[in-house]
Amino acid sequence: MSLAAPGPGSLADLTGHELAERFASGTATAVQATEAALERIAATDERLHAFLIVTGDQALEAAGAVDAARERGERLGPLAGVPLALKDVLVTKGVRTTAGSRILDEFVPPYDATVVRRLRDSGVVILGKTNMDEFAMGSSTENSGFETTRNPWDTTRVPGGSSGGSAAAVAAGQAPLGIGTDTGGSIRQPAALCGIVGVKPTYGLVSRYGLIAFASSLDQVGPLTRDVRDAADLLEAICGHDPMDSTSIPDAPTDLTSRLTDGVDGLRVGVVKELFLEGAEPGVLARVREGLERLERLGARLEDCSLPSFEYALSAYYLIAPAECSSNLARYDGVRWGLRAKDSADVVEMMQRTRQTGFGAEVKRRVMLGTYALSAGYYDAYYGQAQKVRTLVRRELDAAYERFDLLVGPTAPTVAFPIGEKADDPLAMYLNDVFTIPVNLAGNAAISVPAGLSEGLPVGLQLIAPALGEATMFRAAWAFEQDLGLPTRPTVPEEVRP
Amino acid sequence: MTAAVAEEAGARRFETVIGIETHCELGTATKMFCACPTVFGAAPNTQVCPVCLGEPGSLPVANGRAVEYAARIGLALHCRIAERSQFHRKNYFYPDMPKNYQISQYDEPLCVDGWLDVDVEGEVRRIGITRVHLEEDTGKSLHVGATGRIHGADYSLVDYNRAGIPLVEIVSEPDLRSADEARAYAEELRAVLLALGVSDAKLEEGSMRFDVNVSIRPVGHAEYGTKIELKNLNSLRSLHRAVAYEADRQRRVLADGGKLVQETRHWDEGAGRTEPMRSKEFATDYRYFPEPDLVPIEATASWVDGLRAELPELPAERRARLMEATGLPVKEVGWLVRDPEVLAYFQAVADGRDPRVVAGWVMGELQRNLREFDHTMASNPVKPERLGELLDLLAAGTVSATAAKDVLAEMFTSEASPATIVERKGLAQISDTGELEAVVGRVVAANPDLAEKFRGGKRGVLGALVGQVMRETRGRANPKLVSDLLERAITG
Repeated sequence: MSLAAPGPGSLADLTGHELAERFASGTATAVQATEAALERIAATDERLHAFLIVTGDQALEAAGAVDAARERGERLGPLAGVPLALKDVLVTKGVRTTAGSRILDEFVPPYDATVVRRLRDSGVVILGKTNMDEFAMGSSTENSGFETTRNPWDTTRVPGGSSGGSAAAVAAGQAPLGIGTDTGGSIRQPAALCGIVGVKPTYGLVSRYGLIAFASSLDQVGPLTRDVRDAADLLEAICGHDPMDSTSIPDAPTDLTSRLTDGVDGLRVGVVKELFLEGAEPGVLARVREGLERLERLGARLEDCSLPSFEYALSAYYLIAPAECSSNLARYDGVRWGLRAKDSADVVEMMQRTRQTGFGAEVKRRVMLGTYALSAGYYDAYYGQAQKVRTLVRRELDAAYERFDLLVGPTAPTVAFPIGEKADDPLAMYLNDVFTIPVNLAGNAAISVPAGLSEGLPVGLQLIAPALGEATMFRAAWAFEQDLGLPTRPTVPEEVRP
Repeated sequence: MTAAVAEEAGARRFETVIGIETHCELGTATKMFCACPTVFGAAPNTQVCPVCLGEPGSLPVANGRAVEYAARIGLALHCRIAERSQFHRKNYFYPDMPKNYQISQYDEPLCVDGWLDVDVEGEVRRIGITRVHLEEDTGKSLHVGATGRIHGADYSLVDYNRAGIPLVEIVSEPDLRSADEARAYAEELRAVLLALGVSDAKLEEGSMRFDVNVSIRPVGHAEYGTKIELKNLNSLRSLHRAVAYEADRQRRVLADGGKLVQETRHWDEGAGRTEPMRSKEFATDYRYFPEPDLVPIEATASWVDGLRAELPELPAERRARLMEATGLPVKEVGWLVRDPEVLAYFQAVADGRDPRVVAGWVMGELQRNLREFDHTMASNPVKPERLGELLDLLAAGTVSATAAKDVLAEMFTSEASPATIVERKGLAQISDTGELEAVVGRVVAANPDLAEKFRGGKRGVLGALVGQVMRETRGRANPKLVSDLLERAITG
């Protein structure tokens, strides 16, 4: 582990646990770390567009409170005083929350999401709200109603999505920690494309209360960080049962870190044949295969396995997720909050025009798909059939876990692609998530860790764990990361205003 | 259609087929999916939170007490409690529904396959219960404008206090055959809900309302006729009237050679008729799907057994027991058990007294005075022990029945004991022979012709003489004693 000695570098280039060590030893304060992060944002975000809102004053106030508590000798959590970039899909009391949509342009929530409350309770310093594909529907942030976030490795390329804002922020050193949400790959794919760590926790491990829903049975909140230790620490801080979320697991283990450094010796890892499709870029597959050799060298026992239902997972997902979103997004009608179309003749016209104006093309596409899939006469053929596939995927994975502790494959089929390349081709865009979606359908956990570069751009390796298998997953990811080393941070050209 | 055929259709005997969906608010302290209070009548939009307003990001959590109440209703209606039941989303756009979907139960309800015995004019009819399920209520719209309806309104206001109030929907089989049966079923169901203590079932506050399916078919036919739904009937009276009207209307349409179309109709209480509802006011495809924000309800056998063991005495059992214990006729017993407050009151007064006398007073004079003084059973100022004291005075002959009625009326405005009122108003019955003999003597002397008739064998005239004595004593004379004295005075 790189215990970076205090040096001339910016605090913004340290990980969360490195900052925590500085705080503990008195060589840095939370206010200094927050200032460094805010300076990095100020210097780079006009180019990156990672943030929709920066709440600098609130962040400095929160950091000051942590420093004061530390001075009083209070016991603080491992992430106290560490800055964080929050995806704008989690509601924040009194701070505008848009879910990347124009329809919520003016929406100021009256309450904090449970995750936000837990972050505040842990002393984490929230820097602001990050950009995303509208209502988390997309794989590039190009579907944001506001702006397109750039990949720090190459600002002509996308950062992935939908949590592209948080991923880009962490990759660029705007924040050591990020929070994203993953419905079909929206944490893991941008993590892979930005060269950072991203975790989709077990469904029900993290509360969804205050997470603006895309597809309720698939959505999970999770960390985006530079290294595995931070990811484990951050997940530990936000996980745990929440009585406000019926789907949160009552007795889930909350110790995800005590065996982090135990290594992979003897772990049984299944190499999923279906995740090595021909469609994946050769450079990506090469890095992942090297990753498999690395795991084997470290003592893991690798063996091929086949999960044939994965072939149908993408199709099933694009029925289930739109079906749920068509219902979840019905509440945005101009009656109670957000955008309202003016001068309508009656309430029906007002609702229609509000939704026509407020929603972007991808959201409309999915609402229509979902409405159709649930319609009388089509339900069994579409939604019902998709649920059967979902059950099949879950069963096949459960059977695989009888032989394996973890499964492995690439996170995304490609490296970061140029902005605009797939924007007008929904099917090509949907294929970004082909390797990540089965995990959401089954409610399992997965992590994407950097596995090197292909043509100068990051590649992610995906480790998949059974439900509540996070501790083992983190162990393997940590061992892998220690052996490979962290990627060098991309240098984002600082903005020079014309 | 020729006149002859029309006449034949008109003359053909039809039977009415009725099924009732009853919506009833549960009397839980908090809403179905959040912790907001359910008190009726609060200022608009004061009993709301992110969950019942459907704020972005909010999630429902099922109210365990509401689930328990619904299961108790199911058990009282002899239903099977499903080991696993689930909530669904019913999707349609309407401004008083915060999420634009209603969380309800669809093909996996909590309670299925039950029945309720209903007494219709002394004959017991067993009515099937298809299902009992849980759902949330919507908010309430106020449309401001000429029509008072959403179409053509100048603007609309919405109160979300009611949004998320727990409701049960109790669906009967189409087993009812007349407006009388429909009303008897609704009354019996209401009595069950009140006995269970799961709802105040107040029709006037809308906490219990009925959607009724009415069709007719020729007697002997197995298949159903065209179904007409009557929505939102909110009193037993309008339920009865609407069903009677609608069944008659359908007969007239067929008799006139017309055709019935499946539709939803609205009961106009003022005009006394049903009218088609605008089809735009309700959607047809609700796109039901399992509510992913809620986990299925798992009803364990031990939980269900526990609830069953704790069921209170139900109206039917109670009626049987009361009939046995009191000897009262079925009609009076039925009346007493309909409202648990009336029953408790009756039982308190009847303890150690003649149940027939007590029932007569509780059902008659007490109710008349409650109405007159604008009280309900809940606000009844006459405590059961006080009425008991009064009835004891009556039984002991201290007061006459007529005087007792005056005393009871007085008790609605005075806290004094019946004995004190009797004393204060000089209503005590005169049972003193000496005092009465003088009056009897005067009356006999003043009516020689009546006395003569009596002596001639016309005993019926005695009543008129007793009446006169009662008048002279301002109703205070003991009538039994008076007639004895009269007889002695005339014949002796």
